[in-house]
Amino acid sequence: MPRIIVCLKRALDVSRLKADPATGKLIMTGVPRKISDFDKNALEEAVRLKEKFGGEVLTVTVSAEDAKTSVREALAMGADRGYLIIDKAIEFSDTLATSIVLAEAVKKVGQYDLILCGEASIDGFSAQVGPRLAELLNVPVITYVRKITLENNTVIAERVLEDRYETVKAKTPAIITVTKEINEPRIPSLMSIMKASKKEIIYWTLEDLDIPASKVGELGSGVKIIDVLAPKTERKKIVIKGESPAEIAEKLVKALIQEGVVGR
Amino acid sequence: MSEHKDIWVFSENYDLMLELLAAGNQLAEGHGSKLAAVLVGSGIEEKAHELIKYGANKVFAVDYPKLKDFQIERYLSILTSLTKKNKPEILLIGSTKNGKELASRLAAKLETGCTPDCSTIVIDEKGKLLTKRIVYSGNAIVTATYLRKPQIATIPHRAFEKQEPREMEGEIIKVEVTVEEPQVELVGINRMEVADVRIEDARIAVCGGRGIKKKEDFKPLQELAQLLGGQTSNTRPLAEDRKWFTGWVGLSGKKIKPTVYIGCGISGMIQHIAGMRDSQVVVAVNKDPEAPIFEVADYIIIGNLYEIVPAIVEALRKTLKN
Repeated sequence: MPRIIVCLKRALDVSRLKADPATGKLIMTGVPRKISDFDKNALEEAVRLKEKFGGEVLTVTVSAEDAKTSVREALAMGADRGYLIIDKAIEFSDTLATSIVLAEAVKKVGQYDLILCGEASIDGFSAQVGPRLAELLNVPVITYVRKITLENNTVIAERVLEDRYETVKAKTPAIITVTKEINEPRIPSLMSIMKASKKEIIYWTLEDLDIPASKVGELGSGVKIIDVLAPKTERKKIVIKGESPAEIAEKLVKALIQEGVVGR
Repeated sequence: MSEHKDIWVFSENYDLMLELLAAGNQLAEGHGSKLAAVLVGSGIEEKAHELIKYGANKVFAVDYPKLKDFQIERYLSILTSLTKKNKPEILLIGSTKNGKELASRLAAKLETGCTPDCSTIVIDEKGKLLTKRIVYSGNAIVTATYLRKPQIATIPHRAFEKQEPREMEGEIIKVEVTVEEPQVELVGINRMEVADVRIEDARIAVCGGRGIKKKEDFKPLQELAQLLGGQTSNTRPLAEDRKWFTGWVGLSGKKIKPTVYIGCGISGMIQHIAGMRDSQVVVAVNKDPEAPIFEVADYIIIGNLYEIVPAIVEALRKTLKN
């Protein structure tokens, strides 16, 4: 019976971001957070595999601040136990540092058959943590997966690339990063939310994982963010009006010719 | 002083590699660095010489029959040993999906940082690489720098234009490796429809969204694209929910920057906007006056795309005839 670990990021809810009109800088304080979208797909897939084969689904979350509401949500969706690594020192960690914490947490959780991650997070969208984790744990990784078939100790997966789908296979344990189209994450029922409140959340600090402070935060990172600005889109926003579609169309064609972008 | 030097480029996609050389050249200018390309494949001698014409001072050529097709673990092991031995200061990798996985894994092996999908790269006054890229589903541009070396960045297709080839001096270094057996085995490949493969290269992009009710209704969009010498594409729901197409324009799909983008029946979810934001001129047709796509449009047409698009086709035909 498979034991599956799902990595869940508590990401910024990007639809709730606002910029300071004076400076153009994004206001980063007080932005709500949620489980990153594709990580939810990873969790859903893990729960479906458990429903088919039995076994266990465990979640691991690394965060600088409390994230138990997200872990509770994951438990309500069907995870059996949540591991939450919280430490203030984790703030400003890039993917290098974050993957080190995740790797140590996974080692402490113990044996596993699969680790599932989202293809990327909805905020940083760097698509690095899954592949980096694979290197640290020295297991095969399959990225951008839209279909998973598990047969004994072999996993067969379909990858979505730019111009093709690839079917690949690897021996477990393995790491898989999933795309949004792999499934539609369930919305937990009231019953499962109530059941989830009895499930266990295990809290670890960096000390529990024997990770020195020099491995996380800015000290442990390879990349440092200098600033975050709202993108400037200076668009003309000209509304083309007319009595008929034909008139509107003619005005548009004329404008595009004047711009020099539609030529003769 | 750092022992790391030189700028390296790698992509398993040869066209993208030529663009990376242009990007690398731009960085190397005024920095005194040498530019090196890592070329992996089978029967690559001619290409190795060509890379010099496109600006490489040095080409590390890894030429084995078994390396003909890209295989991430094999290529990763080659890049890891080459970078560990030669210590480049900057490493630019092509931002394909495979390229991004490769870059992440290489960065993990080298215990360094990696910035994906950079639209801008410059070297600052301290000699450090500065990158800009879009994050937060298209809601922000983040500027970042590096705390370790090598400084790895992945660069998407068409962020840089390849240079004109010139006769140049350069060195080709043949590299010998042991090609290992990978842990992940390729079982099969299914090609996507060819029509929407190269939307990134289209000068004019006509995109359809959920406002299009049936797949057949895409026809006027195709006519419009054809008249303008462009390509059609679509939003993610048309590919992934309705299964009409295989690719899409957006954050998780293709990033395009055509001269003209025409969005038809597209509301303008931030994920889609992230894929077309850099278009030169944006035209949007939507019957909902509140559609968010109008916020990023130059020309706004509030109306029924079923009437407007054929009318544009008609108007263009008339104009082009005269």
